[in-house]
Amino acid sequence: MIVEQIMNTQVYTLELTNTIGDAVRLMREKNIRHIPIVNNTNEVVGIVTEHDIKNASSSTLLEKSNSDYFDIPIENIMVNNPIIGHPLDFVEEVALTFYDSKISCLPIVSGGELVGIVTTTDLLYTYIELTGAHKPGSKIDIRVTDKVGILHDITKVFSKYKVNVLSVLVYPDSENDKNRILSIRLQVINPLAIIEDLRKEGFDVLWPNVPGIRS
Amino acid sequence: MKNAVFIYSPDQLGYKFSDSHPFNHKRLTLTMDLLKNIGALSDDDIVPARTATDEEIALAHDHQYIEIVKKAGRGELTSQQGENFGIGTEDTPMFQNMHEASALLVGGTLQAVDYVLQGKSRHALNLGGGLHHGFRGRASGFCIYNDSSVAIRYIQEKYGLRVLYVDTDAHHGDGVQWAFYDDPNVCTLSIHETGRYLFPGTGNITERGNGQGYGTSFNFPIDAFTEDDSFLEIYEQAMREVFEFFKPDVVLTQNGADAHYFDPLTHLYGSMNIYKEIPKLAHKLAHEYCEGRWIAVGGGGYDIWRVVPRAWSMIWTEMNDLPCPTGPLPQQWLERWQGESPVPFIPTWEDPNPLYEAIPRKAEIEEKNAQMLKKALHMIRNEKRS
Repeated sequence: MIVEQIMNTQVYTLELTNTIGDAVRLMREKNIRHIPIVNNTNEVVGIVTEHDIKNASSSTLLEKSNSDYFDIPIENIMVNNPIIGHPLDFVEEVALTFYDSKISCLPIVSGGELVGIVTTTDLLYTYIELTGAHKPGSKIDIRVTDKVGILHDITKVFSKYKVNVLSVLVYPDSENDKNRILSIRLQVINPLAIIEDLRKEGFDVLWPNVPGIRS
Repeated sequence: MKNAVFIYSPDQLGYKFSDSHPFNHKRLTLTMDLLKNIGALSDDDIVPARTATDEEIALAHDHQYIEIVKKAGRGELTSQQGENFGIGTEDTPMFQNMHEASALLVGGTLQAVDYVLQGKSRHALNLGGGLHHGFRGRASGFCIYNDSSVAIRYIQEKYGLRVLYVDTDAHHGDGVQWAFYDDPNVCTLSIHETGRYLFPGTGNITERGNGQGYGTSFNFPIDAFTEDDSFLEIYEQAMREVFEFFKPDVVLTQNGADAHYFDPLTHLYGSMNIYKEIPKLAHKLAHEYCEGRWIAVGGGGYDIWRVVPRAWSMIWTEMNDLPCPTGPLPQQWLERWQGESPVPFIPTWEDPNPLYEAIPRKAEIEEKNAQMLKKALHMIRNEKRS
């Protein structure tokens, strides 16, 4: 999945001449936490987050009156030349950038212009879509050895029962790094026969998978 | 007025996918025979199911889908044609006259509705119904037509009442929930094993309804290995607070009996205790809020020998203000059916104690469920305070 498939293209921006007051209002009105700052050619020159605004307020409150604070130009508190992303970036890369750089938003730039924005909220939504249920199905986890052909052996059983696979996730096994946990959603209410077949073929089916409890 | 009627026709047993399929309405025969054996059910109590008309089924299903089911039942549907409608799958294979059999289960629930809402009996029980996974245009999870969805629409159109639907099947009552997700006059309450482990995967506490219906959908997903005490704590709190919040005119309960430790399809660790308490509280609250108007249907339940007959009998005895049966099961019933049962019966109404080996993470599971309950009821608790 690439960034252009999940980014918001309706981006709320401000310019260098806008004030903290403008930013506070825009955040409240649009229920957002990040505002890219652009110049007159829609090029990203900075970013202001809710966090920057809160920081600025605590350092200035004692010396200046409230109205002065709101009049401060955004330029004074924004982060200059923020990390940016490209529409063709992979979603996984964005997640890694957020995690590594401890940031929570990425303005997406193409041809020198701001074309979208991705935030942690968008990434979380993608995660929900990947791991959630969109069609009725049963989830079974299978502990497998990490070797060639395993997935094929397993899906052969599903196909024998004419059962549709809704999603497949592969997790590391916390107990043994030579194993993987396959988490598979099947469009079936009764996976008993399938589980029995898998176990007969020597697979370790965890149904359900609660560490510390064997059913 | 009669306390309760028992809806049943022998033809309801025609809802049968195959001999080896886990959904098996022999449960109805076993339950009735058990009730007759203890003298709790007489022929005067039994009202035959009727067949729901196409128009009635169409209250909750697409006409096109009804035609597909009819074709499948006549052997005129290829598996490819059925696939898009969930027909001819591992869960819902085609069988002869599947439309007629399904329409009879729906009609049974409508019959139950009419008996209660026309004042012919206070309560009514259709154990053949409770097929809560059926969707508007698709069969799912052993369910072809969704009798509860049809019945609720029928109640709205014919009687104009506010309905509370309570689902204690171990699987989430997704079909009924989605059918009334936007409707503020129908409240759905489902307690089920978390979708992280069990079909259908939905039923999260965040599923609260939509638009006008926001706030009238309640989900209580409990953890795998949940035992009696935790199950009943969730059930009692959820029931009392949702009844008080929604103040229904009539309550329809779905009584799947698959949260039991013996059930092969689920991972909950309930015992016969929960099946004793579930109808008791439903009955009490139906009198407190709905002048007694309570319709109960069946649902899941895949240990048809050791669990379902005992569990479902307790709904009927409760409806009739009979004491909950205790002690040994009638010898005659045990002898009659033991030969057919692949497992030895539990010879008493109560389960043996202990029923299973102790659960290693019991306290954490209880804690997690209690936390879930708090979150799920947060909105109505807040509203009450303000």
